Amino acid sequence: MLSLWLNVIAGGVLVGLVYGLVALGLTIIFGVMRVVNFAHGEMVVFGIYIGYWTVRIWDVPIVLAAAIAAVVMFVFGYLLETLVVKRFVNRPHHYQFIVFIGLSLLFSGVLLMSFGPDPRPTASQLSFQTVSVGPLTLDWARIQAAATAGLLIAALGAYLKYSAFGRSLRGAANNRLGGLVVGLNIPRIYAVTFGIGTACAGVAGALISPLFDAQPYLAVDFTLLAFVTVIVGGLGSFGGALLGGLTIGVAEAIAALMFTPSMKTALPYALLIIILIFRPRGFFGAKDI
Amino acid sequence: MQRTSDQASDSKRWGAGALVFGALAVVGGISNAYVISVLTIVLLFTFMGQSWNLMLGIGGQLSIGHALFVGIGAYAVAILNIKYGVTPWIGLLLGAVIAGFVGAVLAWLSFRFEVRGIYFALLTIAAAEFARIMFGGWDYVGGMQGLFYQAPSGAMDLGMLRGDARFYYFVALALAAIGVAGTELISRSYWGYVWRAMRDDDEAARALGVRTFRHKVLVVSISAATAAIGGGVLGLVQGAIFPDSIMGMAISVDVLIGPVVGGLGTAFGPLVGSMAAIPLHHAMGALGDSLGLPGLNSVAYGAVLILVVWLLPDGIWPAIVRLYGAIQLPAGGRISQLRKVEE
Repeated sequence: MLSLWLNVIAGGVLVGLVYGLVALGLTIIFGVMRVVNFAHGEMVVFGIYIGYWTVRIWDVPIVLAAAIAAVVMFVFGYLLETLVVKRFVNRPHHYQFIVFIGLSLLFSGVLLMSFGPDPRPTASQLSFQTVSVGPLTLDWARIQAAATAGLLIAALGAYLKYSAFGRSLRGAANNRLGGLVVGLNIPRIYAVTFGIGTACAGVAGALISPLFDAQPYLAVDFTLLAFVTVIVGGLGSFGGALLGGLTIGVAEAIAALMFTPSMKTALPYALLIIILIFRPRGFFGAKDI
Repeated sequence: MQRTSDQASDSKRWGAGALVFGALAVVGGISNAYVISVLTIVLLFTFMGQSWNLMLGIGGQLSIGHALFVGIGAYAVAILNIKYGVTPWIGLLLGAVIAGFVGAVLAWLSFRFEVRGIYFALLTIAAAEFARIMFGGWDYVGGMQGLFYQAPSGAMDLGMLRGDARFYYFVALALAAIGVAGTELISRSYWGYVWRAMRDDDEAARALGVRTFRHKVLVVSISAATAAIGGGVLGLVQGAIFPDSIMGMAISVDVLIGPVVGGLGTAFGPLVGSMAAIPLHHAMGALGDSLGLPGLNSVAYGAVLILVVWLLPDGIWPAIVRLYGAIQLPAGGRISQLRKVEE
């Protein structure tokens, strides 16, 4: 019994790291641009489809599929920002929200038109390989996804902290006007930020493609999951996204053990309601919006 | 001088409204079954759009979870009518009361702790999705299998609110007319001024002595109650309700698309927007089915939302009004200039 619980919690932690990566994408975009990307789940689903197709066509390892997803989704996010999103950055939040609902409908419609409604499982041998560590039996797909996500989160954190671009990005996040005054290229920073954010979601999608069948309808759930995660941690906070991801991953794993499957899907919403009501800014959230 | 010109434009506006709804009544008398079924949905979402419009366009509170209130209304009517044979009139009333209460509790909890703007919007989605999943797992309300109304016997029965498609068309038309007139009346009433004041600048309104907390709860509650009435009738029209269809995200989007496309904060906007967007959605859905491209309707909806916010941020109706300059916008029509709400 104890080992069952340990296994479930370990599995939750592993998936939670990937959720953390998804939430990080959302939180970076929000932190820098003050834009609420309600189409974030579609980016995850794009990543799952990229994972599905690359593994299916070239039979590449999932880590390579994730790298391909990173490049593709970065370019996609960069273009999306320069073509559409930048026109709405200075609009009131409710307008941005409505534009992103539009984008979300557009993308899920395109996915539905391209691939149909049927779920597509990524046939990866990973899903069936397990590793035993002490009392734990973990599947290799989860370990690989979590390790890659964890490394990426650390690398991104270091990059934003120590690189020149990271400094200018944080500067733009803190004070847009001040950034403009000292000569930061704000439009480029915004485009790159949006690219990084969507790339995070895309990579996470590719990493979990062995665990989740590719399906257009998943997008809304991932969007809301990402929102729950960042709100648990605090919107705009880097550490918060990670902590939120782990919390949600473990909570979901425990709920799957204790409740029926339908209750498991309701859990993130229940958590979001409770946290918004009692701790509106999350664990780490500070900034008012 | 000012007063007489106001009165002149007033009577012009009411006259224009009467003309539009008169024309819609004639359309309902002569159209074929397909046109009637689409227009009934358009008119019902005009009414529900008005309730959403009241909340954001006038009250300044963004809801992406109106499906919650629509669903409560639909379930109240369906459970009372299908299980106990109670007239839908009672169900509509009870649904409105419950939804109004749920809305008030949600708003009270949120605004008490300063959950505002997009956080409040996320809370509304979470509440709607949570309720959808719970209703899906709740056997008493039919679970995922839903609840089915008996087919109407053919004869019109106003007491039991049963009749054929044309009967429901006129019910929906009456609701839409009440919605448009109600928005117009509310926006000129004392509450309308108070709500717009708190929408535009919460602190300034408070400084002037408006109890904004109380009024925010009130506007959310009234909006929820009216959405529930629309939902109750929608369930009757569709003949069956399922949690995924009556409480899903798609309903929340259907509710907001009319006012956003037509013109936020205006009385005619939701009607114009629903007229433009919902038939397009139906047509694209039919086209997508015949081409074997599911999802075409969703692409069309998404594109319309983005293009309207991009090119006509005030919506279609204010653009028409500006073009012809014939009818004055009600105060607060220029919602795109609003900055304070979410910032």
